[in-house]
Amino acid sequence: MRGGPGPGAAELQTLALVRQLADELGGEAHMVALGPPPTAGSVADGAEAGDPSLGSSGADSGHPGAEAKAKLLGGYGADRVFVGESEELALYQPDVAAEVVGRLAAAGEYGAVVFPATALGKDLAPRVGARLGRGVASDVVGCWVEEDGTIAARRPVYAGKAIATLRFREGPAVMTIRANVFAPEAREGKGAISAVDLGGIERRVRTVSFERRGRGSADVSEASIVVSGGRGMQGPEHWGLLEELVDALGEGAALGASRAVVDAGWRPHGEQVGQTGKVVSPNLYFAIGISGAIQHLAGMRTSKVIVAVNRDADAPIFGVADYGVVGDVFEVLPALAEAIRGVRQDG
Amino acid sequence: MNTIVCIKRVPDSATRVRVQTGVPALDTDGVKFVMNPYDEFALEEAIRCKEEAGEGKVTAISLGPPESAESLRQALAMGADEGVLLECEGSGDALPVARALADEISGRSFDLILFGKQAIDGDNMQVPQLVAELLGVPCATVVVKLLIEGTRATAHREVEGGHEVAEFELPAVVSAQKGLNEPRYPSLKGIMAARRKPVEAKKIELSAPTLEIVALQEPPASPPGRIVGEGPGAVPDLVRALREEAGAL
Ligand SMILES: Cc1cc2nc3c(=O)[nH]c(=O)nc-3n(C[C@H](O)[C@H](O)[C@H](O)COP(=O)(O)OP(=O)(O)OC[C@H]3O[C@@H](n4cnc5c(N)ncnc54)[C@H](O)[C@@H]3O)c2cc1C
Ligand SMILES: Nc1ncnc2c1ncn2[C@@H]1O[C@H](COP(=O)(O)O)[C@@H](O)[C@H]1O
Repeated sequence: MRGGPGPGAAELQTLALVRQLADELGGEAHMVALGPPPTAGSVADGAEAGDPSLGSSGADSGHPGAEAKAKLLGGYGADRVFVGESEELALYQPDVAAEVVGRLAAAGEYGAVVFPATALGKDLAPRVGARLGRGVASDVVGCWVEEDGTIAARRPVYAGKAIATLRFREGPAVMTIRANVFAPEAREGKGAISAVDLGGIERRVRTVSFERRGRGSADVSEASIVVSGGRGMQGPEHWGLLEELVDALGEGAALGASRAVVDAGWRPHGEQVGQTGKVVSPNLYFAIGISGAIQHLAGMRTSKVIVAVNRDADAPIFGVADYGVVGDVFEVLPALAEAIRGVRQDG
Repeated sequence: MNTIVCIKRVPDSATRVRVQTGVPALDTDGVKFVMNPYDEFALEEAIRCKEEAGEGKVTAISLGPPESAESLRQALAMGADEGVLLECEGSGDALPVARALADEISGRSFDLILFGKQAIDGDNMQVPQLVAELLGVPCATVVVKLLIEGTRATAHREVEGGHEVAEFELPAVVSAQKGLNEPRYPSLKGIMAARRKPVEAKKIELSAPTLEIVALQEPPASPPGRIVGEGPGAVPDLVRALREEAGAL
């Protein structure tokens, strides 16, 4: 995945669930990796949970090549990695990915087909679902095998204002999983490699380019730490303070924003967190000068730990924050960045 | 240029969600319903396509309870030419919904089918891709910019860290993300004209679901947060708590 904490976080999290289901169902964990021949560049790859679980994952930067990839995934419990390589797969080609994963899923007796809930995974999962005659459970935050062998999953609906429990009537259960929920675990898998056949696939859509936005910080929806600024930051010229904090938190931290700030043109829409922006659930979320409107909470309330800084002790954000500091952002932020830099340097 | 726009009636985003006891369903008492916000972008794009082409028809389709006709009326007031209501209870599984929409659409002539990227009730983000696959047409999702020249289309899709540019031939499916356009408000003239536009209602049966919602719960109330302190003086305690209690640093 691009810009996340370490290589392939989305992919390894997908594998974590696939491995768990394969163990519960008594089968193998298979992954799909699609990308260009080994060079640098972006990759689209799918992960598959195997016999009986198949998974599929996200886009990478820098492709290590099939064997390196299989070795890496094998170290996290993959029994088999299906590798498809061609130049066009430097970018996500939806029809190719759907056909490859669809064919594999239809041919093996898979209990589940899992994708990360990234832009790629959310686009791809229903395409595969349609081929298999299955609806998809989107944004899954919990998944288990019932006594009768069917798969059940939990997922937020109504922007996280309710949690639904779903039962798949029969396999394969097709789903996308939310970031930072399923934790990768190092363990030996068989790590076998199979080449996939890319022939005879109709390409209805061609992805021709990727236009990178802004500076190279992590994307808010993939980051493990998010620092969001609201109208309390008083103007775009003060974002340097937030960037300092992101910088202090290190790789894997990204900037987010409230809608008020995006609507005012202070920040790009891609950074907006909430109902009409990105839904994030990082390990750590900072709401800085954000009041905590319900539409903002919809995008971040499932974060593991929430910190709020606001000068209004009655701001609703303190109702969901695990830790709050009542104070002026201009005084608290520099001290916070410095203190965090300090503890990170101490290790 | 004929376009079809799929529109869902959903609870307003500011609604307080209450779950019924005993059944996995929302308590809709006092809940305000609106057209799914992303579908407004889809509809606006459809109307613009027609206006630019100078000819054609915009058909709005909604699947759901009879009240979904309200969203169709709103679509007609914005500028759609006709509405189709597929009346049924709906489903927690997107596949039967997509099948019913695809069945309805396959009997019509269209250059473009527009969807919202996601309905804000089930937050599925599936129906557009499912319909496209069922109909066997190209599909671009989460589109923030759409250019059409003759039968060639170029779409900019919002993905992590930037935009992907996708090219395809019409007829095709496109799902709209915020930013695609600025939806218009219905004019008084539009609202008047909408009264004379046709809405065809038909009762349908959905196919069996492949997955079911067996329970719906309000999220566990998060334990009340703790105010660590005031001003920069609270920072050392905050950082210690993040490190030692929460293990987050
Ligand atoms: C349909 C719909 C969809 C929406 N979608 C979203 C969405 O996706 N995301 C989203 O965020 N919002 C969304 N909103 C908007 C939402 O309702 C709020 O208006 C918005 O979140 C407010 O942003 P804010 O917290 O930055 O601003 P405000 O509500 O203005 O809050 C600013 C806060 O900063 C504090 N403050 C001010 N100065 C300082 C200072 N010097 N130091 C410390 N604190 C200070 C204030 O006490 C206040 O609490 C949506 C609204 C609607 C109707
Ligand atoms: N019941 C429905 N009736 C009409 N259109 C729908 C319906 N459900 C979903 N859609 C369309 O599909 C898009 C994505 O919905 P979903 O996949 O449910 O998140 C919506 O924005 C609508 O355009």
